[in-house]
Amino acid sequence: MLLEISDLYVYYRSYWYTLKVLNGVWLRLDRGERVGIIGESGSGKTTLLKSILRILPQNGMIPKGEIRYDGKNILKLSSSELTKIRRREIGMIFQDPMAALNPVFKIRDQLYDILKYKMMIEGHNPSSRELYEEAVKIFSDVRLPDPDRVLESYPFQLSGGMRQRVMIAMALISAGKLLLADEPTTNLDVTIQDQILKLIHRLAAQRNLSTILVSHALGMVYQMTDRVYVLYAGDIMEEARTRDLFSKPKHPYTQLLVASTPRLSSVGVGEGIKGKLPDYHNPPAGCRFAPRCPYVMDKCINTKPRKIQVNREHIVSCYLYD
Amino acid sequence: MHDEVILNVSNLRKYFKTTEGIVRAVDGVSFNVRYGETLALVGESGSGKTTTGHVIMGFYSPDDGEIIYKGVYDLSLPMKKRPLELKRDIQIVFQDPGTSLNPKRTVKDIISLPLLVHKTIEKKRIYEKVAELLDYVGLSEEFMFKYPHELGGGEKQLVAIARALAPQPSFIILDESTSALDVSSQAKVLNTLIKIQKELKLTYLLITHDLGVVRNISQRVMIMYLGKIYEEAPTEEFFKSPMHPYTQMLLSSIPTLSEDDEKIKPKGIESVGEIPSAVKPPSGCRFHTRCPFAKPVCSQQEPPDITVNSGHIVRCWLYE
Repeated sequence: MLLEISDLYVYYRSYWYTLKVLNGVWLRLDRGERVGIIGESGSGKTTLLKSILRILPQNGMIPKGEIRYDGKNILKLSSSELTKIRRREIGMIFQDPMAALNPVFKIRDQLYDILKYKMMIEGHNPSSRELYEEAVKIFSDVRLPDPDRVLESYPFQLSGGMRQRVMIAMALISAGKLLLADEPTTNLDVTIQDQILKLIHRLAAQRNLSTILVSHALGMVYQMTDRVYVLYAGDIMEEARTRDLFSKPKHPYTQLLVASTPRLSSVGVGEGIKGKLPDYHNPPAGCRFAPRCPYVMDKCINTKPRKIQVNREHIVSCYLYD
Repeated sequence: MHDEVILNVSNLRKYFKTTEGIVRAVDGVSFNVRYGETLALVGESGSGKTTTGHVIMGFYSPDDGEIIYKGVYDLSLPMKKRPLELKRDIQIVFQDPGTSLNPKRTVKDIISLPLLVHKTIEKKRIYEKVAELLDYVGLSEEFMFKYPHELGGGEKQLVAIARALAPQPSFIILDESTSALDVSSQAKVLNTLIKIQKELKLTYLLITHDLGVVRNISQRVMIMYLGKIYEEAPTEEFFKSPMHPYTQMLLSSIPTLSEDDEKIKPKGIESVGEIPSAVKPPSGCRFHTRCPFAKPVCSQQEPPDITVNSGHIVRCWLYE
């Protein structure tokens, strides 16, 4: 087991309220495994990834829970130990490269920084020649043509696909064991998305990385992962092997979500889901999906359902199976 | 009814001057839209699909070409010069309802504005009419006095649709109208669009990059790349036998959700390269720089129109 998250709560303080976002999330990831997290926008997917690296925004706090990574408790680590992990072991591909890259520095400065600090942690102070050679090597890994031009460019001078490749290159430098990908292809065209996904897949396999892919695009998760977690309003609703989850979804939320997705081979989409995500400052006391659930029962409203094992490796938290 | 032409576009061109040169956003596009159908205009960013829609709407006037609506109206006139009844008859639903709805107006105000402008209804019946429009799109009367920020993404888009319906148009341009939504709310919006189209006999021009949506709502598909249309076919046939290499690349790139969907995807083609700049588009077939089957002729001459089947036209040298 490389990563195990148990009973994780994340709150955000705002001026008036406390937003109770993650509500007892669990997740496990084996070495070399590819796990997906699906959920709609605002369901807490990015918050979950950020808490693994402990890069939550300033008003974020973790009142309860445990994140065990490679035998260490991430939440108890000192900042120097965390830095080592962030620089050498866990890499993250952020959602929007235009926001994640600094607009006023050349790609060279940003990339060299990451390379340099990673090498320094390994006890080696690289010369600029070495940095350049490393950069060229990593650019060829992510299939970025013309490395000299890219290094001398500012982010805005690159196309969306190229920026995303730069982001992947940067994430790979620090991803020794684990790669976190947060919606790695939003804003990209479908043909470019396909290239980027294949690239991530190939590089992760080559380097024997475990990956967590977060997305609201079900098709992408279906094609890229071995196991899936369904996150809704900060609660894990279902966990299963990818094929099982999409062919035999158990939780009403997953069922509606899968049915709502347009297909290429047939006409007709499901009814969708009525209503909207609950407010996080005053979330439902029981199952957070209860207000939108077509099968809602009295007990759903008051108490949160427990995890129920419906099959080997298929867990659902819903009273329908209790 | 499906045979009569409501909109005829021929040889449409729209160029934009920029500091880097002239962007040929739409470069010689011709097509017909028939009464009561949904025609999908599909392409990636930079293909010119939105520009085409906006020219039809009258946001820009074209640099060349003819757009004839209902046989009599000339749509190459800009918005300001169009008669009021023409403006009433063509409506648009934008991509992001978060920015297309005025945050300081209630749903009732938003929907009643076009009613007041076009005077389609007496003032005292406006409340009734707004309630009826909301009902059409599946929202209850309770929504009337809500502000956009109180609504979910799907609900906002339904309000935008109700607003487009208010002046009783016969032609609606759906400009990526479901792209910004989560699948759970997208489904509701799609179903509503299909339902009101049947009830009100509307014609849609659907501008999108999402082929899953296309499959579910449209009867015909056109594929656009760098300002030109390269394939056009009835939806069924389009998914059964895509012909143009770009179409095949597009289809094979879609992440699918089941074995059945996987079978639809063309084999033996892989996505390579990026869309070139529209300032200096490649010569000949504009796709030849990314095409695995490109021949010398592809970079020299524009491909001819090849009719494969009734209504299925492909522009590609492979089928010459």
